[in-house]
Amino acid sequence: MRGMRSMLYIPGNAPGMIQNAAVFGADMVMIDLEDAVALSEKDAARDITAGFLRHYDFGDLPVVVRINGADTPFFEEDLEAIVPLKPFAIRLPKCQDPSDVLLADSRMTEIEKRHGMSGGLVPIHAMLESARGIENAYAIATASSRVTALTLGGQDLTADMGIQKTRDGWELFYARSRVVMAAKAAGIAAFDTVWTDFNDPEGLFREARQIVELGFTGKAAIHPSQVDVIHRAFRPDEKEVRKAERIVAAAAEAERQGRGVVAVDGKMVDAPIIVRARHLISLAGLYGMEGGEAQ
Amino acid sequence: MNFVKNALGRLVPVGVDGVGAFSPYEGAFARVLKGAPWPAAYPVRKPEPPSRSKVAPSLKTAIERSGLENGMTISFHHHLRNGDKVIPLVLETLLQMGFRDLTFAPSSIPDSHDCVADYVRKGLIRRIWTSGARGEVGRMISRGEMEETVIIRSHGGRARAIEEGSIVIDVAFLAAPACDALGNSAGCSGKSACGSLGYAITDARFARHVIAVTDNLVEYPLHPHISVPQHLVNQVVVVDSLGDPAKIASGAARITRNPLDLKVAENAYRLLAASGILAPGCSFQVGAGGASLAVAAFVRDHLKEKGIQGGFGLGGISGYMAQMLEEGLFRALFDVQSFDSAVTGSMVKNRAHMEIDPSWYANPMNQGCLVHNLDVVILAALEVDTDFNVNVMTGNDGVLRGASGGHSDTAAGAKMAIVVAPSFRGGVPTIKDRVQTLVTPGETVDAIVTERGICINPNRADLWEAAKKANLPLKEITDLKKEVERFTGVPEPVEMDMDRVVAVVEYRDGTLIDSIYRVKE
Amino acid sequence: MVELVVRMAQAGTLESADCLVTVVPAEEFRLDYRGVNRKLFGERTRKLVMETLERTGFSGMQVTIQDQGALELVIRARLETALRRAVGEV
Repeated sequence: MRGMRSMLYIPGNAPGMIQNAAVFGADMVMIDLEDAVALSEKDAARDITAGFLRHYDFGDLPVVVRINGADTPFFEEDLEAIVPLKPFAIRLPKCQDPSDVLLADSRMTEIEKRHGMSGGLVPIHAMLESARGIENAYAIATASSRVTALTLGGQDLTADMGIQKTRDGWELFYARSRVVMAAKAAGIAAFDTVWTDFNDPEGLFREARQIVELGFTGKAAIHPSQVDVIHRAFRPDEKEVRKAERIVAAAAEAERQGRGVVAVDGKMVDAPIIVRARHLISLAGLYGMEGGEAQ
Repeated sequence: MNFVKNALGRLVPVGVDGVGAFSPYEGAFARVLKGAPWPAAYPVRKPEPPSRSKVAPSLKTAIERSGLENGMTISFHHHLRNGDKVIPLVLETLLQMGFRDLTFAPSSIPDSHDCVADYVRKGLIRRIWTSGARGEVGRMISRGEMEETVIIRSHGGRARAIEEGSIVIDVAFLAAPACDALGNSAGCSGKSACGSLGYAITDARFARHVIAVTDNLVEYPLHPHISVPQHLVNQVVVVDSLGDPAKIASGAARITRNPLDLKVAENAYRLLAASGILAPGCSFQVGAGGASLAVAAFVRDHLKEKGIQGGFGLGGISGYMAQMLEEGLFRALFDVQSFDSAVTGSMVKNRAHMEIDPSWYANPMNQGCLVHNLDVVILAALEVDTDFNVNVMTGNDGVLRGASGGHSDTAAGAKMAIVVAPSFRGGVPTIKDRVQTLVTPGETVDAIVTERGICINPNRADLWEAAKKANLPLKEITDLKKEVERFTGVPEPVEMDMDRVVAVVEYRDGTLIDSIYRVKE
Repeated sequence: MVELVVRMAQAGTLESADCLVTVVPAEEFRLDYRGVNRKLFGERTRKLVMETLERTGFSGMQVTIQDQGALELVIRARLETALRRAVGEV
């Protein structure tokens, strides 16, 4: 299983950072053409990002590119320059409702056609950063088959709601739950927002553990030092992994014997539990936990 | 010049005009293991009659009394680092007095002393024997401005050369942050305190004439610590200031926050941990900053977590190491050179923080120098090659911009010598097919650690096993080189004037390991 | 119809691993490649500049590059940005 626990944000106009992005062990990287780039440098960032996508071998590291929103003059040119280079996904900021996704979708389809691209469409990671976006989460998640992830933009959302983002993060509980629920219902991934205080790795760990428990697939990292902290938060419990191994083994055994019912430690185990157990073992594999294997 | 190929395939001269014959490098411990008796040569020195004061009325008078003549050899230590004012003061005075053609043989040349190039051009200095050259001095040498070949020596090598008489110091000018009227000198007190006065000790023992230069004449006797005792000192000169305290004893070196350096350091630490060398009683040496110093932070956490006490720290001691001593993570520190202000205090407070001279530190020909029982050293590099050879002298453009220092000494002696470096710098790969200047031979380098992977020397199968078991990011050095070149490209070779050797690199045992050529414009 | 003019433009920064590219319309092509890698990547940089100018349809251009150790792809990208910026409406 390819991990998706961490997504390291890199400013698109910083070649010095992009050239080292792959080094810090993040599961994914997001090159940002939007908020991390000054208005006067949008063209430069686009050229640098396209240059790296075209000429630099990121190996098997997924590279997502956050383009500027449709409400900016940069939207069209960003898509035009980046889509043909087949990034792992386009991060679409400020999605308010399905029409935002559909607009990007149709632009991307047209670009892909013109470039004779085949073999899979470029996915969209929809970013929800406003109250409307959050309320429309499921509709946005299912607006197009391109959408393979929802991301929470905590900074902009709290601003939109007129509240502060606190260290505890309680104010984001509903938004987070809604994003995860919608993503799960749509069968796609969910990514949590940034932790801005890189002098507070403790706070990051606590928040990361919280969002792991809520069911998020991964979390944003805005500094290389945050990657390991996030990965620690995703690390499954040793005992849970052992139990998962037993469950999967029992399921396989039951299958072999043609039994429909699986029992582990004297308890019945349903199909969803078995699925979850398999997922846990895959995750454990990322940590080289004994017995865990990549699937 | 006549050349011969040494054991590493490098062309080196068989002799240097006005200096003498040299043997080519045969192996890191070839000369040591040959076991031939190694003579130490104390110079002939005139006795000093009994007196109550050796204080000369002026620097000029002291020089007149020293017997210095044109063509002779003068030395300095570099403990005052970039805050030093003594070297420029003495050189200027010598120039004014009409001296010419001197051999300038300091333990190293501080970066700030571009002025040395001017003194060469003005005819005061004819030869340079040093550990390193940077800035204008480095450029001047690389341009071929000096008629006489420069000799580069490591710290251990210079000590050896002095003790055997290959370097005969006619007058040693030794800056002394604390000094009394009879010449007892120390470095850990005074307004220009610099910590250890290690390099001064060897010079003082073997020079024909020793002049202590101080800005802090204390009441006799200097106490409680004396680095250079009075019986080795001929004269004392008092000046207003030895230098800029802010630059002598800069603020305590901090652990870098650069994520790339930290990644390199983390990889190096993981290798150390996997090797099992971080055991009770282990000894350790790191550099002054960057990734090299950052490794110390990882090691410190490891030692603390596991409740391990190291044997000793060695160096090149920075405030970070002094703090580790304070925390009981080492039993002792051996200090040949202090890097920052935090260390000066430690030397005074803590008797386990001990000053050593460079022969004790790294002379391979004595009865057991410290680097020979060092466990771990973490070293930097300008470039390395696929044979694990290291260049710390010349940059990508072929120009002199580094120092041999203790690099080859510690690499040879340490059980585990790890070179840490980013896989590319300024768009240029660090790993080459062949280093421009070979200072530290690959046979003494156990691993090269970068942010993109760890390369283990094939002669360390045991280390490779341990690293593999620990799932470390191992890479074949040739693979890593190719991986980096894929995005940096391969730089065009620098054009060197192979007909003109501007400097020779002497290995710690006195043989020649490589030649440095003139850079074509 | 919109009239276009080519004028001086710049792109990039003097940050480490970046480069500052300045283009000025001129009678002929001229390259002034400065910086740490002048001798190490001189040939390659010359080739890439000429190839980029040809590809983007510029002939007379005086190009100055202050290189702070940028990868080739970065120099190329900065040059492309500068050239695009050089074209403007009257």
